[in-house]
Amino acid sequence: MKYIAKTNLEQFFEAASKKLNVYVPVDTDGTNSAYKKWKSGTKVSEKLHTTRSAKDFFFPQTENLVEFKMTDRKIEIIDPRRETEDFAIFGVRACDVRSFSILDKVFLAEPVDTYYKNRREHGVIISMACRRPEETCFCKAFGIDASAPEGDVVFTEADGGYFIEAKTEKGSAFVDSLGDIFEDRDSTPAEAAQAKTKEIIDLLPLSNIDTAKFGGGKTEEFWNDKNWASLSEACIACGTCTFVCPTCQCYDIKDFDTGHGVVRFRTWDSCMYSDFTKMAHGNNRLTQKERFRQRFMHKLVYFPENNNGEFGCVGCGRCLASCPISMNIVKVMKTLGEEE
Amino acid sequence: MNFETLIPVVGVVTDVRVDTPDIKNFRVVGRDGKKPIIHKPGQCAMVSLPGIGEAMFSITSSPTNEEYLEFEIKKCGCLTNWLHMIEPGQEITVRGPYGNAFPVDDEFAGHDLLIIAGGVGMAPVRSVINYCRHYRDRYGRIDIVYGARSKEDLAFYDEIVNEWMNDDRDVHVHLTIDREQEGWDGHVGFVPNYVKELGFDTNKVAVLCGPPIMIKFTLAGLKELGFEETQIYTTLELKMKCGIGKCGRCNVGAKYVCKDGPVFRMDELSELPDEY
Repeated sequence: MKYIAKTNLEQFFEAASKKLNVYVPVDTDGTNSAYKKWKSGTKVSEKLHTTRSAKDFFFPQTENLVEFKMTDRKIEIIDPRRETEDFAIFGVRACDVRSFSILDKVFLAEPVDTYYKNRREHGVIISMACRRPEETCFCKAFGIDASAPEGDVVFTEADGGYFIEAKTEKGSAFVDSLGDIFEDRDSTPAEAAQAKTKEIIDLLPLSNIDTAKFGGGKTEEFWNDKNWASLSEACIACGTCTFVCPTCQCYDIKDFDTGHGVVRFRTWDSCMYSDFTKMAHGNNRLTQKERFRQRFMHKLVYFPENNNGEFGCVGCGRCLASCPISMNIVKVMKTLGEEE
Repeated sequence: MNFETLIPVVGVVTDVRVDTPDIKNFRVVGRDGKKPIIHKPGQCAMVSLPGIGEAMFSITSSPTNEEYLEFEIKKCGCLTNWLHMIEPGQEITVRGPYGNAFPVDDEFAGHDLLIIAGGVGMAPVRSVINYCRHYRDRYGRIDIVYGARSKEDLAFYDEIVNEWMNDDRDVHVHLTIDREQEGWDGHVGFVPNYVKELGFDTNKVAVLCGPPIMIKFTLAGLKELGFEETQIYTTLELKMKCGIGKCGRCNVGAKYVCKDGPVFRMDELSELPDEY
């Protein structure tokens, strides 16, 4: 297996940066990390994962869809898109890698979202096997193996460096393009590291939460569950869970008058917001209970119903860490179906 | 389907007709003078005035109208207020068509049709009516029950009186208004009651569109008459932004109204959570 020593990682980034833009997780302060474009001397974060998910790369928080120039009664329509440059995202965890395939099921379904597809085609996913998963992690519950992520190229930390495996054609082409910077080593240390990580995962408190009771066709069973009222009672509808979520993909489309024309952009939105479904003739979700229910029913029932049983959650734990009222999908999953 | 589906095309409003005190009819063509969208009865399009907003409207003209698209728009919000101010010659943007359609060539074919509408709910079903009148020999008897608050609130009044009521090919129009009014010698009363009074036989397909309260009671009335849910179709209206089942707003249960709807058969609708 290909291997690179930690001390030579800089060489890897340097070689990769000659081919494409490389983004790496960087500590931005004591508690947060975010993806930044690598440049010489950039220190890669040791944190488990970035504060925001990696969905920004393919589904940015805001993006311009179309522009209009208006003169008198005439409208000129302008496609604002430019050629997307190739890029690589380094250090993506197994949960976030899986989130891309979940987003694919939405954005690449017919009719294809060409904005998303374009970025997806230009991005190389370099994933990083977890060595120190945390107690908020529950990817295992959704069938994700944090010790062996998916991705175009997989890095596994062991033996003072990283073992590297290309998993896709795109990944192989990328690794081959870097030339002679890797050495070949016996993969035993990587396998040992994986086994060790698996042991930790099994000990995590949320690894074995039960997903079996959820899935497609369970609308009737959970829709009228008495627990929705108490679960949602303290929700302040801030939408934080939807924004940090790697799989939440609801968006709004808005117009902005620049003074010289109109820019129509899309922006992340949240089903937790009171105006999400509000229209001129009324609102079909009037209470926070209904909006709260929508978010979790969508992830646990509606999405799997439309996608061969796959859940709309990857167990990354960001919502557990960031919810101001400490409510989260784990509590919801544990509580639904229980006596009040 | 337009490949770049979130990017609209220019539509030119060629005619604006005042239909009721709060409903106007807009004729739209492309800059080339042709229809900018080819649709099926019941499908919708995103109409926009850039800088004001974009919203989903049903295309009220029949696909058999080869000259232009029509939208029947009630003034009830920000965008519709602005749309009501525009004059012929104004350009707007349109994209679509979106959603499924009434199964006019499948389940409807060969059947008697009962089409029931209330208020601006006539907009989506007018497309069906004129499509079926165009291909008249493909369908049996056509009954149309249409109600509004007053005579002035009946959309397409001139077309209904001059064309549909004069259509002697087994087309029967039953109009009703909510309250007695001078100059009205037709039926007075709410649509659900009128449907029951008319007492239709159940060997037909029913299409329902109107305010939720009208749908609810008319549906109950039809069931009293012996209709099964599998014989009744309706079309839903929910908040929409993308029109292609991605932005998440019109999600009800595992369905997206913009993509899997807006037309639903009542038995399909009954399986969804009651959230529309």
